[in-house]
Amino acid sequence: MKLGFTPAQEEFRAECADWLNAQMAGEFADIRGITTLTEKAERRKEWEQHLGEHGWSCIGWPKEWGGRDASLAEQVIFAEEYARAGVPGRVNHIGIELAGPTLLALGTEEQKRRFLPDIAAGKTIFCQGFSEPNAGSDLASVRTKARLEGGEWVVDGQKIWTSLAHISDWIFVVTRSEEGSKGPKGLTFLMMELDQPGIEIRPIRQINGDAEFNETFFDGARCPEDSLIGAVGDGWRVAMTLLSFERGVSTLGQQMAFRNELDAIIAAAKANGAASDPLIRQRIAKAEIGLRLMRYGALRMLSNTDHASVDGAALTYKIQWASWRRSLGELAMDVLGQAGEVTDHDGYEWPMLPNLFLYSRADTIYGGTNQIQRNLIAERGLGLPREPRGDA
Amino acid sequence: MDFVFTDEQRMIAETAQAFFTENATSERTRAAMAGDGIDHALWQAFCQELGLSGIGIPEAAGGAGLGLVELAIIAEAAGAQVAALPMLGSLALTAQAIAAGGSETQREAWLPALLAGETIAAHVAADDLVAEGDRLTGSCAFVAHGTAAQLLLVSGAGGSWLVRADAPGVTVTAQTTMDQTRPYARVTLAGAEGEPLADPQAGSRAATEAGMVVLAAEGLGLAQAALDRTVAYARDRVQFGRAIGSFQAYKHRLADMMVEIEQARSAVYWAACAVEEGSDEAALALHAAKCFCADTAFRCAGDMIQLHGGIGFTWEHDAHLFFKRARALQTLMGKNDWHRDKIAAMVLGETA
Ligand SMILES: Cc1cc2nc3c(=O)[nH]c(=O)nc-3n(C[C@H](O)[C@H](O)[C@H](O)COP(=O)(O)OP(=O)(O)OC[C@H]3O[C@@H](n4cnc5c(N)ncnc54)[C@H](O)[C@@H]3O)c2cc1C
Repeated sequence: MKLGFTPAQEEFRAECADWLNAQMAGEFADIRGITTLTEKAERRKEWEQHLGEHGWSCIGWPKEWGGRDASLAEQVIFAEEYARAGVPGRVNHIGIELAGPTLLALGTEEQKRRFLPDIAAGKTIFCQGFSEPNAGSDLASVRTKARLEGGEWVVDGQKIWTSLAHISDWIFVVTRSEEGSKGPKGLTFLMMELDQPGIEIRPIRQINGDAEFNETFFDGARCPEDSLIGAVGDGWRVAMTLLSFERGVSTLGQQMAFRNELDAIIAAAKANGAASDPLIRQRIAKAEIGLRLMRYGALRMLSNTDHASVDGAALTYKIQWASWRRSLGELAMDVLGQAGEVTDHDGYEWPMLPNLFLYSRADTIYGGTNQIQRNLIAERGLGLPREPRGDA
Repeated sequence: MDFVFTDEQRMIAETAQAFFTENATSERTRAAMAGDGIDHALWQAFCQELGLSGIGIPEAAGGAGLGLVELAIIAEAAGAQVAALPMLGSLALTAQAIAAGGSETQREAWLPALLAGETIAAHVAADDLVAEGDRLTGSCAFVAHGTAAQLLLVSGAGGSWLVRADAPGVTVTAQTTMDQTRPYARVTLAGAEGEPLADPQAGSRAATEAGMVVLAAEGLGLAQAALDRTVAYARDRVQFGRAIGSFQAYKHRLADMMVEIEQARSAVYWAACAVEEGSDEAALALHAAKCFCADTAFRCAGDMIQLHGGIGFTWEHDAHLFFKRARALQTLMGKNDWHRDKIAAMVLGETA
């Protein structure tokens, strides 16, 4: 058991930091420090391509697909330096963290060739079409229909809460391809181009005023027959494989963004005197402890190669960070006081900390709500009886 | 960076778990509780047969080598059984202080007997200590396993001394203590003769580090055992025609315990590694591990009682052993709020 990095890895860290800082000080200075997912989307697509050109987009992927074959430690280092340098989040995070790894694991050679280099080059931005109005936590209830017709899949139905669909090129969708099937059976996982007459995207405004997610309507939308990952009817397994990649190395980068948020709270507390309130001090310490434990939990989960046994650190990670960040938002507002409830912007737009307070209410919902996480932990981690299902 | 146990560490964990599960039984612990709070036969077996007592003490000082990670592994296993042993006072505090801060003569005089379990030591943190030369006057009301100790490590007034418990001027009075597996004694020194540690700073630093790691690891082991035992009960016990573990309110509470415990696990081994590797995070990690694990232990032990219903409130059931030990973990070596305020001072940049 060892925490420290080797001198060679520390050198790699310096190399990453130098390159990232140079970009953020130069050509991409205008996007440095952006914390929302939607701001300056076009410039951030250019940033995706810039990362790809310089081989920094998907460093953990094999070289042949545009990666660097980077070791786990190197991926950890890059993710940390990325956020430390104030580089904004990846607008193609769904492509590089979910679609790409799923293709690497389950895609055909032909599909890998077609998608992976373009994802790594920032030319194909993906979004995720899982949730529907009647299938949220209960993903297996999806109703969006897919049928084969003249060598093409024809898709009808509706997805909802589709993050960044309005700036994406492709969507992967879980569809019901077997008429009359129920639950996880009879589903097929399709990849579709968004720019076509059969697909309509309508933005949904969120509690912070932003519109990061959308409703996505499919009305006779089409894609070629070989657009599926896995087999016909095998979509549930593919979807579950994809979700397992949510706990990848990018979590370390996400944590550095959390670090920046906590640092902003600490600075605010020092500036307005809240730092001398004993209760605020206790909460700052708890936040600090939680963040550090998140890092070491993630390192445990990433270091663990024994996939045979239940990995407690991995199973509990989502609810841990989501709950932590929700408390962080509350702490931010308690440090700011009423000053946090007004904004200098003319429109309904919020600075980092009040926005954190509002946005973090989503963290405990998407990617499996806290209640669903507890069900999973109890059932998979502790072996307790499964939730009963209704027939409706 | 490789934050998982090595094969050797996994083996030590398995050995220690098997040893404590088999030997530190509820029956034996309860017998110890009726006496001085130590299962002496178990301590002898641990020190002499298992040969793990020298872990965390350098081989040059007569120990078994290895480090704080291995010490934590053992404390975690002992904590899971709420074993009635002087691991904290004898090994983590006194042996570590002597190994790191004692002269060669002191190491030779005391370490072999401590590691063999022939001598038991307790730590006396005397806030009011007055030292006139090596004559010590002062007291401490909360000396863990104080009545069983032959050797006292006395700290205060900027120094550390070794004092024989039977020396003139030393009075040790047992206190009826909530946690009977680690009862406190009041120790009073009235001009008692002490032998100063050669390097008191090094000694107290090593003792503090090892002590905090051991307490945190004990808390982790205790919390995990509280969860495991409650899960077993939840599968077994039927109400309303269903196993109680199938009720969502019940399941979710167990899930929350697991979420805390996994963080506590990260905390213990982060702190142990940070100290071992001389990381600049070490001080923060120790404070974090101590308060987080003590809170986790307390919460899980409390939930253990609640989730067992009436049986959990009985003397007969072991839940109260967990609960009382967890309470003691919260105040030993500094209250949790104090540790958190230290961390706040660090992150607010109030300390160097
Ligand atoms: C900001 C944001 C971005 C999103 N982005 C995407 C995206 O890009 N693509 C996509 O496909 N989806 C996305 N989602 C959707 C997200 O995955 C769903 O919102 C989530 O799975 C919950 O589904 P639901 O909204 O239908 O709520 P429901 O499932 O209806 O849940 C409502 C409430 O009931 C509780 N509940 C439900 N089932 C149980 C149970 N068995 N036990 C206990 N409690 C239960 C839930 O915890 C919740 O509190 C996004 C959501 C948000 C908020």
